[in-house]
Amino acid sequence: MTDTAPQAPLMGDPSPEGRFGQFGGRFVPETLVPACQELEKAFRSAWGDPEFRAELHDLLTNYAGRPSPVTEAKRLGDELGYRVLLKREDLNHTGSHKINNVLGQALLAKRMGKTRLIAETGAGQHGVATATAAALFGMDCIVYMGEVDIKRQELNVFRMNLLGAEVVPAMSGSRTLKDAVNEAMRDWVAKVEDSYYCLGSAMGPHPYPWMVRTFHEVIGAEAREQCAALLDGGVPDVVTACVGGGSNAIGIFSGFADTDAELVGVEPAGGAAVGRKVPGVVHGSKSYLMQDEVGQVLEAESISAGLDYPGVGPEHAHLADIGRARYEPVTDAEVVEAFQLMSRTEGIIPALEPAHALAWMMRDREALAGKTVLLNLSGRGDKDVAQMMDVLRND
Amino acid sequence: MTDLPVGPFEAALRARIDGGGKCLVPYITGGLNDQWLDVLRAVADAGADAIEVGIPFSDPVMDGPTIQEANDRALEGGATPQSILNDLRNADVGVPLAVMTYYNIAFRAGDTRFASDLAAAGVSGAILPDLPLEETGPWADAADEAGIETILLAAPTAPDERLPIICERSRGFVYGVGLLGITGVRESLAESAMSIAGRLKAVTDKPVLVGVGVGTPEQAVQVSSVSDGVVVGSAIVNRMLNGSPESVGELVGEFREALDAAVRQP
Repeated sequence: MTDTAPQAPLMGDPSPEGRFGQFGGRFVPETLVPACQELEKAFRSAWGDPEFRAELHDLLTNYAGRPSPVTEAKRLGDELGYRVLLKREDLNHTGSHKINNVLGQALLAKRMGKTRLIAETGAGQHGVATATAAALFGMDCIVYMGEVDIKRQELNVFRMNLLGAEVVPAMSGSRTLKDAVNEAMRDWVAKVEDSYYCLGSAMGPHPYPWMVRTFHEVIGAEAREQCAALLDGGVPDVVTACVGGGSNAIGIFSGFADTDAELVGVEPAGGAAVGRKVPGVVHGSKSYLMQDEVGQVLEAESISAGLDYPGVGPEHAHLADIGRARYEPVTDAEVVEAFQLMSRTEGIIPALEPAHALAWMMRDREALAGKTVLLNLSGRGDKDVAQMMDVLRND
Repeated sequence: MTDLPVGPFEAALRARIDGGGKCLVPYITGGLNDQWLDVLRAVADAGADAIEVGIPFSDPVMDGPTIQEANDRALEGGATPQSILNDLRNADVGVPLAVMTYYNIAFRAGDTRFASDLAAAGVSGAILPDLPLEETGPWADAADEAGIETILLAAPTAPDERLPIICERSRGFVYGVGLLGITGVRESLAESAMSIAGRLKAVTDKPVLVGVGVGTPEQAVQVSSVSDGVVVGSAIVNRMLNGSPESVGELVGEFREALDAAVRQP
């Protein structure tokens, strides 16, 4: 790596080129450069506008149901041998953290005069959230979803259709999230004048990683306050979240980056971009990327469609690089155990994605003994129940 | 950068332009099958001024269905950047070559190493469509050093003030993107093709070629009334997927003939 870009402050704004340390940037076809510049300008202006902020706050409160609570998970904590707090993003409207970002971006799209939202989705959570916002604002919505994911997340496809969105299968490559991103970018290149690309994770070309994080900072900000109330003004020892592209993790980490809390991102073993530590460039930014020796992007493999992505948001690569966060891989089998444990002990069926973070908490329970761990419960598991029924019956 | 000498790619295009002709740069997918070098020769013999050779990438976001399919087939057949460059090293086709691929292929090898690998294989130029002006620096500097011409794209969405900067940094030629969208043959030429050609010609003396959405000899002639020529990709690759090397040569010959006939008539 020969980049000498100035170091961004810890979880502050990226450099003018959109770099977090050596990662990030704007690696897009020339056609999209003006669109990214326009978006950056529009986002800066909107975020600085009290009216925009007030409108978003109103939507988050009265439509999405924020703030989401922090729940003390007593029985789970007894089982694990340490104190466990859950940030309940599963209780948001549409069932995951994705709504925070989507309401922000849809409001921005409206402000920019765009009439059509494009989105990619893996598990369908971001697609459902985008379709929801499009319905709310009266916009057209097209969602690209890998053909493989369409099969394993049938229910979410139906939900998107109900909400009035068109779901288009991505038929190329691995037919999962990576290919859905390719299709969404191709659509955007062709329809850039009237369409807004509502990217669902803290990845992609500048300003997306920064903008998506900013819209999810509400998770970390709320959790910081809620933890302070529970912990006598203190912070948890560990804050953990699952990482695919990494939007829910970057949101909760942002609330604790300037504290002593240890930040732990948990990746699927078959999609551990940070774990493999090989930098690459795809989908608009430089980050860690699963790839072969000549630079072809590898297909991620995970039980969770939402984490089935070979890359990771550039700010996570940066946090790993400077040692502020660490990233742990877990196997599908460990995730299945975690999924059941939380259901059984807390009466909360988690999405498979946050079950990854719990899987790491189970595996490292000895090292965590006596600590307080905050887990970002990024989504509820209703969407995964049919898939898990098959998995558990075949056991 | 203005001190750099004109490279072989640009020189070949200038020779055509100075002779009163229009440039034809076909695109073929490298490593598509065992016959791909025969296709390369047939394309050169049929009157291409220079040739773009695609190095397949797993995630070609600028490419439409035809080039995606060729790309996938080449990858499934085991084509790698090195195998394609090795093939090219021994293929003396008599016209300059540029590779077109995505930046991760160069980044993974390392900018300097990839540039010198291209030079060693006898390649003159490189097109990296996901490396726009602001990000091209490290690569383009390494390419300059190795004598590789970095061809930049200019899109219809660019504001006026951006175009001269792109033209200044681009070497070989300036690649005008003919439409808002990905590669592929369209029924008619987009208005944006004529417009980007005119806007680029107004700000540069470098050769201006238009590609993306230029799929028939008629469309090539139409846009070349303003531009210095065309890049033709999907139409050629489609023939490559479905026909013999000779038939690809025939198609290139049709483009050549149409472009030549158009300049003969006042």
